[in-house]
Amino acid sequence: MISRSEIMHTKTVEIGVGIFVAIGFAALFMLAMQVSNLSTFINADGYEIKANFQNIGGLKVRAPVTMAGVRIGQVKQIDFDSDIYEAVVTLSIFAKFDRIPLDTSASILTAGLLGEQYIGFDAGGEEEYLREGDQIMLTQSAVVLEQLIGQFMFGQGSGDKKE
Amino acid sequence: MLGPLQSLGRQGLSFFQRLGRGHLFLLYVVAGIPALVLRPRLVIAQIWSVGVLSLLIILVSGTFVGMVLGLQGYHTLVDFGAEESLGVLVALSLVRELGPVVSALLFAGRAGSALTAEIGLMKATEQLDGMAMMAVDPLRRVVAPRFLAGILSLPLLAAIFSAVGVVGGYFVGVSLLGVDDGAFWSQMQDKVDLLDDIANGIIKSVVFGIVVTWIAVFEGFDAVPTSEGVGRATTRTVVHSSLAVLGLDFLLTALMFTG
Repeated sequence: MISRSEIMHTKTVEIGVGIFVAIGFAALFMLAMQVSNLSTFINADGYEIKANFQNIGGLKVRAPVTMAGVRIGQVKQIDFDSDIYEAVVTLSIFAKFDRIPLDTSASILTAGLLGEQYIGFDAGGEEEYLREGDQIMLTQSAVVLEQLIGQFMFGQGSGDKKE
Repeated sequence: MLGPLQSLGRQGLSFFQRLGRGHLFLLYVVAGIPALVLRPRLVIAQIWSVGVLSLLIILVSGTFVGMVLGLQGYHTLVDFGAEESLGVLVALSLVRELGPVVSALLFAGRAGSALTAEIGLMKATEQLDGMAMMAVDPLRRVVAPRFLAGILSLPLLAAIFSAVGVVGGYFVGVSLLGVDDGAFWSQMQDKVDLLDDIANGIIKSVVFGIVVTWIAVFEGFDAVPTSEGVGRATTRTVVHSSLAVLGLDFLLTALMFTG
């Protein structure tokens, strides 16, 4: 015979385990949505443009792309073009920023003195706007601190010799 | 002259015998897991005693670990004017290391020792032999559900630990010390990767769940069937599984986070 209290106990156990599993998955969900970069993947629907740089310095995939300091996209991919010896950076721009002039220039900047590097856009004056697959023509490479110090120490002329 | 040599050899042999027994035991238990699909109630009852009853200690220690991280991290980062990275620091330390490791250590102390004591006492009071007499395989009826429950519970516990830890760090960093709310979350979301960090943290806790529960049930099953033997087995469970967790953590970290 199964007593009444035994049934109650089984019920408590099952409810308790149900709550535990629910809390566990809620925690996983919170980690995925709130803590990690999943939320940037989800609203990452946008268009891709490319830009060539002579030197990207310490730029990394997923670094922000900003315009006037506002984040408008992120670095999606970094490749090396072995014909022209330049870095090809693929940028994913959020869909709602669809009115960026064609002659916009991109430069690699550093957040703070030693912060991480990001890409900053300076708007041009064209009437046409950048679309999927377009390439940014005006780019400015990253400032490499060692080269800057070298130029400062040895003057402009001797800075060329070391290459 | 030969006495010490002989005892050394005996110890070595018994060590390897035990190692082999442990692996065969794991094989039998894993083979018994598929049959549990037909009897989920056995597993649910074990998740209750292994997982749900560990919830309180996980919640409390997770919150405090997160709060301490927030406090310590803030005072270190503020020297560099980088206190906005506090969210990254708290989240990465919890998700990558402290969540899986500390919850595995607590799990070994709270649930692993209980598993060993329970199974060891079943053996000492000849309940396991009784089951075998009734043609019920104790490995399948007693050990397999506990093993599966441990593997399922620890990743969930580790996730809960990390989540409440982040909330604890948020409370200390943002509410008490005045770090910017938006910067705390946005920097965290920028730097914490779903696959590299969170998925690897979950993989870690699954591995720890397997190892800790395996050690716990094996020590219980292999215990000397006396009250002293069960006591020793319980101690061994906590010591060995803690060491295994810390050692494996180094190995897994070296494999996962080199990039």
